[in-house]
Amino acid sequence: MQTKNIMIVGVGGQGTLLTSRILGGIALLAGHDVKVSEVHGMAQRGGSVVTYVRYGFSVAEPLVEEGHADILIAFERLEAMRYVHFLKKDGILVLNDQRIDPVTVITGAEDYPEDIMEKLTARRKVISCDAKSAALSLGNARVFNCVIIGLVAKTLEFTKDEWLNVIEKTVPPKMIDINKEAFLLGYSG
Amino acid sequence: MNNTHSTQTDFMLGGEIMLGNAAVARGAYEAGVKVTSAYPGTPSTEVSEYMVKYKDEVYCEWAPNEKVAMEVAIGASQSGVRAMTVMKHVGLNVAADPLFTVAYSGVNGGLVIFVADDPGIYSSQNEQDTRLLARAAMVPVLEPSDSEEARIFTKRAFEISEKYDTPVIVRSTTRLSHSQGIVYPEPRTNVPDKPYIRDVAKNVMVPMNARTRHKDVEIRMIDLTGHSNNLDLHEITYNDEPIPVLNDLLNGFEELKVGVITSGIPYQYVREAMPGASILKLAMVYPLPRILIEEFAETVDRLYIFEELEPFIEQQVRSWGIDCIGKDQFSIRGEYSAEIIKRGILGQRTKSDIPEIVPARPPILCPGCSHRSSYTVMKKLKLHAAGDIGCYTLGAFEPLSVMDTCVCMGSSISTLHGMEKAKGKDYIKNWIAVIGDSTFLHTGINSLMNMTYNDATGTVVILDNSTTGMTGHQHHPGTGVNLMGGTAYMIDIAAVCRSLGVEYVYEIDAYDLSLLEKTLKEEVAREAVSVIIVKSPCALLKDFVPKGKCIVIEEKCAKCGICAGPACPALRKNKDGSIEIDQVACNGCGLCKDLCKFGAIELVENK
Repeated sequence: MQTKNIMIVGVGGQGTLLTSRILGGIALLAGHDVKVSEVHGMAQRGGSVVTYVRYGFSVAEPLVEEGHADILIAFERLEAMRYVHFLKKDGILVLNDQRIDPVTVITGAEDYPEDIMEKLTARRKVISCDAKSAALSLGNARVFNCVIIGLVAKTLEFTKDEWLNVIEKTVPPKMIDINKEAFLLGYSG
Repeated sequence: MNNTHSTQTDFMLGGEIMLGNAAVARGAYEAGVKVTSAYPGTPSTEVSEYMVKYKDEVYCEWAPNEKVAMEVAIGASQSGVRAMTVMKHVGLNVAADPLFTVAYSGVNGGLVIFVADDPGIYSSQNEQDTRLLARAAMVPVLEPSDSEEARIFTKRAFEISEKYDTPVIVRSTTRLSHSQGIVYPEPRTNVPDKPYIRDVAKNVMVPMNARTRHKDVEIRMIDLTGHSNNLDLHEITYNDEPIPVLNDLLNGFEELKVGVITSGIPYQYVREAMPGASILKLAMVYPLPRILIEEFAETVDRLYIFEELEPFIEQQVRSWGIDCIGKDQFSIRGEYSAEIIKRGILGQRTKSDIPEIVPARPPILCPGCSHRSSYTVMKKLKLHAAGDIGCYTLGAFEPLSVMDTCVCMGSSISTLHGMEKAKGKDYIKNWIAVIGDSTFLHTGINSLMNMTYNDATGTVVILDNSTTGMTGHQHHPGTGVNLMGGTAYMIDIAAVCRSLGVEYVYEIDAYDLSLLEKTLKEEVAREAVSVIIVKSPCALLKDFVPKGKCIVIEEKCAKCGICAGPACPALRKNKDGSIEIDQVACNGCGLCKDLCKFGAIELVENK
């Protein structure tokens, strides 16, 4: 198969690494070659972070080039804007509709753009949700990334049971049930 | 991010998906390593965090710094077991002293030094190339290009180390260390401990012995070059078909048989971008396999050298009279990608549309970070800080803007001392040194000794958050827990400072703003060395329990914005001046509440 290119972008500390591990895990389970590339260190302190997931018959480069992403998963609106041009013309943006102000906005040096949704929808197909509120409805804001994975799952070829299987094997044992619930919320929503 | 749990998905058939750093740990484990010692440093940290999974069979530790870590590994090797030390590129500078001499002494048990470079400077203070230091020390270097090779090459490095009586460096980069790929683990090899035999000529590097050993090292490099020529880890792919490549002189394309010499992660970019080229992927980049390279160069019309950072391979290849294209086309700076080959060699254009212009998002101190509180007080007093390496280096930037300088681990205290000796006591009365707890124990301690010894008067602030924060929360000698998870002797930093001769030592809660302000004022004025230890655990530590959540009492808010001054990410100032506090992000530190003069913010404490 043609290599599938997925990017996960967000703000350091949001938990993008768990999402990339679940995506990497499900691709491997399906028998693909997989590469996942992460950001650790300084950027994880509230900086802009990018994770690349590529799977297919044989994957060389761990990076996704501009204009080559099939799916862009954005954990935050401004980060979606920053990376939307990485998507193919027919690529899909899965957006967690959350706003986190960068330091320049907090200090008042810059404004947080108001017209992000209009600009994103003008460029690409967008699937968006408020994953944080959904997660809070389950009683734990931290499981919002499994809500997002639920949304992403609808656009990929793997079955629901395969996803649940990988989630079970990737998240800490105490968090399995609530993460599965979070996934199903995104998957059915 | 803390990676000590649930990161390895070992439920797959056959292969597992593994981080490059995890694969290095796996390779060392399979090679029968018995002792590993390291100091955390992005992008190398996770090797030790995965290594400790094998703690029943491998002794693993965090050392206070890389020099100590390297010496521990050398001692283990001298005693006759396989040993490994792990560090980032700048860590190898700290460990350079033992490195250059263990190259002379050689090994007993295999000795592997894993070093991770940081092209693109994702989380470092420079972009140095470990291969240059390795060549200066005459230590061979292996360079894997994916997770599976990271496992295999690390394993083989131990064999090469023992066969040639030399330490071996396994060099990685951020992209390899922090990428996951499929790995096929093998069982651990049972390597019997070697006997220790006293050998002063080999193990005591006094001048007469070192002169002999230097000669031995030169002979070893010749032997290793022969080894490199025949090494089965190098890979050659031949393609006889010419491919169209850019020719600037013709202002167009020409059909040529193209060859690329590469190694490490850049190999993956070549494979992605130019499947039609002949590729020589080098596994051992020092010493280089000259015969292999000469034979390869013969088969192509145009030879490219594709290597990140320094023209290490290129300069040697050119010195043999082989024409090639390298740094005249590709930068010495930054990280490479397949795209730069597509654009630069193949003349292909990017398909993407124009990026949106959006505000930048640099790293920022977390909500509830105690450094924000300390810097707020320092800023109020208009202090300048000689800074150091850690999360708190972010205090150099707006809106905190307290830190003026930062060189390397431990440098804050000694650079402040240098300023005083250059310009006098009065000059540093609005200066302090700012250093973290782990960094102080790394090399700051020596600098403090220098201050008391050499009649200094500076003020040192140790921001003690009970962890090595930036690298993802590793323990250190001041936390009371070691890497193996056991209870350890907890170094008392205040007692250490006193024992070094510092008379004025204070321990202050980071959120006691008035006491911190009073103490800072008094101590910068005092004509004696003083140390102020500002204590509050990192808000990202697993056992951190927030005091509560801060809320805004809207009717009391004067919309002055003073609470937003230190730029806490949990707090937002709206256009109309009103304040919102994100109840999920807030860690209840209460700094905004303490800054508010109108009582408009309350800390609702957890019951």
